[in-house]
Amino acid sequence: MDALLQFIFSGMTVGAVYALVALGFTIIYNASDVVNFAQGEFVMLGGMITVFTYMAGVPLPLAAVLAIVATAAVGVALNKLAIEPARGAPVVSLIIITIGASILIRGAAQLIFDKQLHRFPAFSGDAPLRVMGATILPQSLWVIGGAILVFVGLWLFFTRTLTGKAVLATANNRVAAQLVGINTNWVMTLSFGLSAAIGAFAGVLVTPITLVSYDIGVGLALKGFAGAMLGGMGNPKGALVGGLLLGLLEAMTAGYLSSQYKDAVAFIVILAVLFVMPHGLFGSKSVERV
Amino acid sequence: MGSRRKWIQLAVLAALIIVLPFFFPSSYYYRVGALIFVNALAVVGMVILIGYAGQISLGHAGFAGIGAYACALAPEYLGLHPGLALILGAVTSGVLALLIGRPILRLKGYYLGVATLGFGILVSMVLTNERALTGGPDGMSVADPGLRGMLRDLGWRLSVGELWYGVSAIALLIGAWVALNLFDSPTGRAMRALHGSEVAASTVGVDVARQKLRAFVISALYASVSGSLLALQNGFITPDVAGFMHSIEMVTMAVLGGVGSVLGGTLGAAILTTLPQVLTIFAEYEQLVLGAVMILVMIFLPQGLLPSIARRFRGRDE
Repeated sequence: MDALLQFIFSGMTVGAVYALVALGFTIIYNASDVVNFAQGEFVMLGGMITVFTYMAGVPLPLAAVLAIVATAAVGVALNKLAIEPARGAPVVSLIIITIGASILIRGAAQLIFDKQLHRFPAFSGDAPLRVMGATILPQSLWVIGGAILVFVGLWLFFTRTLTGKAVLATANNRVAAQLVGINTNWVMTLSFGLSAAIGAFAGVLVTPITLVSYDIGVGLALKGFAGAMLGGMGNPKGALVGGLLLGLLEAMTAGYLSSQYKDAVAFIVILAVLFVMPHGLFGSKSVERV
Repeated sequence: MGSRRKWIQLAVLAALIIVLPFFFPSSYYYRVGALIFVNALAVVGMVILIGYAGQISLGHAGFAGIGAYACALAPEYLGLHPGLALILGAVTSGVLALLIGRPILRLKGYYLGVATLGFGILVSMVLTNERALTGGPDGMSVADPGLRGMLRDLGWRLSVGELWYGVSAIALLIGAWVALNLFDSPTGRAMRALHGSEVAASTVGVDVARQKLRAFVISALYASVSGSLLALQNGFITPDVAGFMHSIEMVTMAVLGGVGSVLGGTLGAAILTTLPQVLTIFAEYEQLVLGAVMILVMIFLPQGLLPSIARRFRGRDE
């Protein structure tokens, strides 16, 4: 039982990060029909910028805020410079553009920062807490709590504010949204900024546990993408469930079966789910927009 | 495309292959050339899958990995000749593509993307993790197929570079010939019809699922043979051949050059294969430049390089 609880803790921690990355995918997909493969790079930037501003003597909380703001700016720039000019391009071209962007950001990060692994101190120390025979790092609680905060905050944003409703309207039907006076270009910019900020936030939270280097983005993007697809692309609830489920599955596989194949099981489950439910767990049947 | 244009394209390709070596400053360029042809072969497969049938795959490096490791493993464990191992790899890839293609190809767009991506990652993971068999991430050596010795007995003395330049070029020409023939065949027309609109294609009697599966299997064969040739000419292979980045490279090469066209795909392969060689002087900037090239071409030449250039020369739309 202790072992199971232990695996659940580690699965929840990783799963929370996947859920945040998946949420980033979902927000951008909803606003623009683009799957942004540079999403993992936002997590990397969040971690890296925090590390380097912190090493330069800036207090940690301020460094984290700076990193999130700077990454949001990168997200907006990505939209303005690479996505907007390619409006209406086929899916393959958009995939290549965002993968190109991810390679570009990785290359830039490797030049501006370095190729080393980095970390900064955990927010509330490194002494593990004992819970019913299992242990959990205080930083894991920060990660899980942070993810919950983001999801609740976004839910309030989408349901209680006019701007949030404008984003939802654009996701539902871009032309209709334009007809009622919503500036859909602005919605897209906002979505890229928001999604980059969420990614960076995840990076800030998880760096003390998993460390950060310039090349962590690809793996995270694949897992986040898989999580988003598992839940059903375009559905924030799906992103949460898909991400957490993926994290738990990985932890269970690593614990009970084989740590080498923990990544494999995630993709096997995704293939199985897609075979049975071609639109993911929570995806609507009418995702194809003609 | 009439049969005249088919032969013109093949002739252009053959002429380039024959003429280029006269401009090679050193024998190193034979290796680069061979690498271009091997990549181009896989890309021609992607042209059939993406350009003809309109389906996407982010996992075709998985098939390249199967082809490559067939050539590494079969001679060592089964005592098979490397040439037969290439065929074994292709058959394995084809059967696998047939098996996973049916459920996967019901998916569309990004969902198809993630499913194929999952397949590719599973293959590369197996190759990386089964250390006892494959040597793990460090890779394994590939037996020499003995082609050079055979040719020497026939009185043909070729350097290693020249030999593989020739072999890859012939493989590419055959691959291009098959793809160009397919374009105008009933199967090719059916594929292109479903690319335009699946609904419209099925109303005129095209078996959509069957044609998609055909394109998928054919492109898997191309990728597999390309992987095999890569393994044979390098004499060494690592799981990177099946990695996610290799899958992305294949798609990018196809789209970069012009996804509907065999010559365009070859051009894309040539550019993306030589780019890192040119950039080794600026190794630090390699990723930066590669990423920028990918973005800029997609924004400014959305049809790909070759069709955009061709249009400019004609001065008018086709």
